Amino acid sequence: MRKRLLLLLALLMLGAGPAWAEHPAECRVAENLIEPNFRLPHVTRAVDAKHLNILVVGAGSSQLPGSSGAGNAYPARLQHALADRLRGVDVKVTTDVKSGRTAAEMVKALPDALAAATPALLVWQTGTVDAMLGVDPDLFSQSLDKGIKIARSAGADVVLINAQYSPRTESMIALGTYVEDMRWVALQQEVPLFDRFSIMKLWGELGTFDLYSATKKLDIAEQVHDCIGRLMADMVVSAAKPEEPPTNGSR
Amino acid sequence: MAPVSTERDLRLDLFRGLALWLIFLDHIPSNAVNWVTIRNYGFSDATEIFVFISGYTAAFVYGRAMQQHGFIVASARVLKRAWQIYVAHVFLLAIYLAEIAYVSSSFDNPLYTEEMGVLNFLKNPDVTILQALLLKFKPVNMDVLPLYILLLLWFPPMLWLLLRAPSLALITSASVYALMWLFEWNLPAYPSGTWLFNPFAWQLLFVFGAWCALGGAENLSRWIHSPVMIGLAIGYLVFAFSIAMTWYFPRLAMYVPKWVGDAMYPIDKTNLDVLRIMHFLALAIITVAFVPRDWPALKSWVFWPAIVCGQHSLETFCLGVFLSFAGHFVFTEVSNRVVTQIIVSFAGIAIMVAVAALISWYRQAERRGGGPRPPAAKPGYAGGEL
Repeated sequence: MRKRLLLLLALLMLGAGPAWAEHPAECRVAENLIEPNFRLPHVTRAVDAKHLNILVVGAGSSQLPGSSGAGNAYPARLQHALADRLRGVDVKVTTDVKSGRTAAEMVKALPDALAAATPALLVWQTGTVDAMLGVDPDLFSQSLDKGIKIARSAGADVVLINAQYSPRTESMIALGTYVEDMRWVALQQEVPLFDRFSIMKLWGELGTFDLYSATKKLDIAEQVHDCIGRLMADMVVSAAKPEEPPTNGSR
Repeated sequence: MAPVSTERDLRLDLFRGLALWLIFLDHIPSNAVNWVTIRNYGFSDATEIFVFISGYTAAFVYGRAMQQHGFIVASARVLKRAWQIYVAHVFLLAIYLAEIAYVSSSFDNPLYTEEMGVLNFLKNPDVTILQALLLKFKPVNMDVLPLYILLLLWFPPMLWLLLRAPSLALITSASVYALMWLFEWNLPAYPSGTWLFNPFAWQLLFVFGAWCALGGAENLSRWIHSPVMIGLAIGYLVFAFSIAMTWYFPRLAMYVPKWVGDAMYPIDKTNLDVLRIMHFLALAIITVAFVPRDWPALKSWVFWPAIVCGQHSLETFCLGVFLSFAGHFVFTEVSNRVVTQIIVSFAGIAIMVAVAALISWYRQAERRGGGPRPPAAKPGYAGGEL
């Protein structure tokens, strides 16, 4: 139901939304979903200083298999898109990505990763593995809170990325609670959430990408990651814009 | 205290049947039709209805058995029922394993390598199946039957107490609920975490249903039918509805004061949040107020499909879980267009009704013909099972 409404909203807002002419058409449908509701002051400063370090911490859905996987996965696409959008700024995206990690495991590795990368922004993808293992949702939320605090005390802003929408495994992985919890923690902690789940679901419903496909080929996966990288770059740029304060949404 | 009425209350069957349909619809992921289900319009969902009515009917059936045949016989029958449900759960598990094994051998999209990790447990089926038999490993949407089993195991002593000191039984149940919140009691699950439906929490609704069946509802009826209560219930439902709307139209959320949100969220399903109980109670009050027990329409053909499903709840529930797997399978393999989703939803309900009707017919035929005799303690209810 909610997704149907989002779809309707998306169609309505296609006309009203800001024009991002440079995007491939398939990414566009999800643009209303990336309106950031909180700002990224550290990123703003880093952009002013012409030097933006970003650390992506994530699990298996932040990477692609194969030899060219690292270059085509969304962290690399994010760096590419940001470098395009922020001419003259030295953008560097480093990753700490290992498949099968829960939020709690990532939090443990976080201080070292932050110390090594000294980022102005932590992009934190999590939720899928916790859902698969059925980690206690309270503990999951606590891990998110903890990770956000650690990043902030290391001088970094945070953007959360929730799980992928995966129609084939929908009846096997109960993502609902974890997706909701991330939304809630993001609001409480005043951190922008990159709602990958809703975006991909919208793509699935509009037929932008065939997410049901049993293909072993990488082409759709690469396009999806490319679009995610671009949309995230848009979100980061608009959340870091110093002049117009973004709308302060809450639940 | 004696069970008040000897005639089965068709409203129970009707609403349990409807709850079973809603559970079926909710269990099909990405189903356009599940916008009709009540969880979209407030805090509680069909699970509350199912658990409450199950407690009510359990007290109705086994309360009489306990009065006529004593504690031991009635307990033995409750345990037999728990065993039947356990067997049904294992049967569903087998179907689930078949489905998941099929997906793991047919689907290998590089976009979803992480998600395919959910199939890793197929690599050590010994551990997984053992954990499943211990009710610790519960695949998605298979959490209700294990809860039901535990509720029945806990039921004989509660029923004993309910028949002697109903208020004390209710207080005991409420205390367990309160202690659960205080000490965060729950049972462990596999591979990690805890039970999705915390039995220490959900037993409250089950025992409350039983308490209502054994005369509690009669005692409350003056309250339930008072205009003030009905007004409060409607007010609360409207409040829950407006909050639910902010989930779909985030822009409305700015009208919700921050302190209300802070006090309200997260609305905990695992531990049966008080907001959910209140929402269920409000629904129940409205239902009881506007649907009288002797409403003639209850005997008409319009409600017969839901009633017959409610009368064979275990079979219908299991079938519903299976059909929701099958429905999702159709979405992935055939088509996920909205038309398909509508057809699958209605076909699923039609199958549930057909099978429930068949079971009903079969029971009657068995009773008439030379088949095994129904238990002597249950005369008078057609399909009068728990």
